[in-house]
Amino acid sequence: MEAAEATAVEVVDLATTPLRELNQRLHDLAATPGPTHWRVLNPNGAHAVACGLDTEVEVEIEGHVGYYCAGMNKRATVRVRGNASTGLAENMVSGTVVIEGNASQSAGATGHGGLLVVHGDASARCGISMKGIDIVVRGSVGHLSGFMAQTGRLVVLGDAGEALGDSIYEARIYVRGAVSGLGADCVEKELGDEHRAELAALLADAGFDDVDPSEFRRYGSARQLYTFKVDNAGAY
Amino acid sequence: MADRPWNLRESYLYDKPVIAEIQRAAREGIYDIRGFGAKRRVPHFDDLLLLGASISRYPLEGYRERCDTDVTLGTRFAKRPLELKIPVTIAGMSFGALSAPAKEALGRGATEVGTSTTTGDGGMTAEEREHSMILVYQLLPSRYGMNPDDLRKADAIEVVVGQGAKPGGGGMLLGHKISDRVAEMRDLPKGIDQRSASRHPDWTGPDDLEIKIGELREITDWEKPVFVKVGATRTYYDVQLAVKAGADVIVVDGMQGGTAATQEVFIEHVGIPTLPAVRLAVDALQELGMHRQVQLIVSGGIRTGADVAKALALGADAVSIGTAALIAMGDNAPEHDEAYRKIGSASGYYDDWQAGLDPVGISTQDDELAARFDPELGGRRIANYLRVLTLEAQTLARACGKSHVHNLEPEDLVALTVEAAAMARVPLAGTDWIPGLREA
Repeated sequence: MEAAEATAVEVVDLATTPLRELNQRLHDLAATPGPTHWRVLNPNGAHAVACGLDTEVEVEIEGHVGYYCAGMNKRATVRVRGNASTGLAENMVSGTVVIEGNASQSAGATGHGGLLVVHGDASARCGISMKGIDIVVRGSVGHLSGFMAQTGRLVVLGDAGEALGDSIYEARIYVRGAVSGLGADCVEKELGDEHRAELAALLADAGFDDVDPSEFRRYGSARQLYTFKVDNAGAY
Repeated sequence: MADRPWNLRESYLYDKPVIAEIQRAAREGIYDIRGFGAKRRVPHFDDLLLLGASISRYPLEGYRERCDTDVTLGTRFAKRPLELKIPVTIAGMSFGALSAPAKEALGRGATEVGTSTTTGDGGMTAEEREHSMILVYQLLPSRYGMNPDDLRKADAIEVVVGQGAKPGGGGMLLGHKISDRVAEMRDLPKGIDQRSASRHPDWTGPDDLEIKIGELREITDWEKPVFVKVGATRTYYDVQLAVKAGADVIVVDGMQGGTAATQEVFIEHVGIPTLPAVRLAVDALQELGMHRQVQLIVSGGIRTGADVAKALALGADAVSIGTAALIAMGDNAPEHDEAYRKIGSASGYYDDWQAGLDPVGISTQDDELAARFDPELGGRRIANYLRVLTLEAQTLARACGKSHVHNLEPEDLVALTVEAAAMARVPLAGTDWIPGLREA
């Protein structure tokens, strides 16, 4: 993830180039090969930066972005040197998205695949309804993270807010710090050797090699709400 | 009730269905979940009549003079608006709720007559894409099966905020309909109940929706029309907010709109009927100067060409059918009565679309049951039915002197009841009276 060779880096300054033009040029790479390394300057909180990419390209964004940066990403690597607002990498299906600052709510929402790495904190609903994405957060996550999480892994090196993993399905959540509270049907589970190995691989993928997987606790579904039973009515 | 002595009187308040439901609730301890739409009588298009031409208006000659039916959807922002030959589309119904051959049939039928069909909560199947000339891809709160490849393959995108059967409610697909294929498309284990959230995971209010629509446009390079679908409740405000958020097309689904699986109490008691919803939606668009700029699709209880004509006369650009489409394909047909009775229902009453036991093979994921359904025959029936709706609407429009069904207007309508007059804001027949608007 180091900055690539100075050659062949395509620089786009959003202070002078419309966002539409940037996204169109990035989308066109799916049909017509072009530069594989892009730098985006002056995003200034623009929404939908580098969303809908569908090619193996590396995009570095120098600054803060608004909503839905790298939304529905496929195959591309997007690195944000700043903070991101709501819905970072929402519904990503593959590729890698790295944010060096903090991410606002619903980071990685409904992601079907790929890796999302947050170096700072993520806010509420991180990994909401995740469907196969892996999310690694260096800092903490807010309330209702992993809500209705279906598959994939959510790794939190810091703390987790209220109602973690509420109504979770088969996703796996690992938290190193304190958990304010677990949501409906989310329980702590044993951290076995296979989980430590899984964690080690995820942390390595995220570039966090200074963390001991044994320090985490694992959370997942108690599977009590998978089919409606009247005796569980109070839990919904 | 010839077999009952005349001195026995059934309660209006506690009639037999009410008694049966109280006893069922006491026995099972869970609310009743079913398919279909609202069954109670509410003011509807039946309560309106069209004023045919006579001396003050000229009719068009039924078999010789043209009455066009084409409609273009998505003229506001999309590079590629949808060009439909008829103003009747197929509403969103999921693969999961419906079998794969049933979804294919909807595509075949719609394509044959030049209109669109719509995916549902569960993603796009290859069969429906292949057989649908124009396919609208729904973006729902669950995002089951949502992926950028299918988004790019779609002809339009429909952001679903709600549906008429359950505005404010999420979806559910009960475990016995979760086959291997459905489970895989939704990234969930086989056989468990699938709840769909009632709110989108990455946006909440109208300001967020505007940004969300912007993202969808960016992802698809501003090519595809973006629809916003709402269940009819606070329709006037919802439509105005959807316009502000940048919708190309707004879909308003009245409380009679169908569902595959919703609580009975929700179906019957939440939302407003389609009739006032059309009026409110058109009012909202007209006030913003966006009527006909942002197209309006109305659904919920569209059964006949008369319903189509009246909805268009009130200002809709097109209508959608769901329940009627299933019926056209054979749902509730009398020839299946024996099979329906075996599962505790009867033809004409079957509403257990959630159960997956549909003997006709439409609302099921059972391979054996689904194999009973012939998608080619189903498609032909859909096409036939859509043609009849169109011919009927044309017949009525010509009688009112209109060379295009969109030329029908509120002035062509009167109401049979005070309620319908107030809701549709057309005069009570034989009077100038529009309750709440002007005195008789």
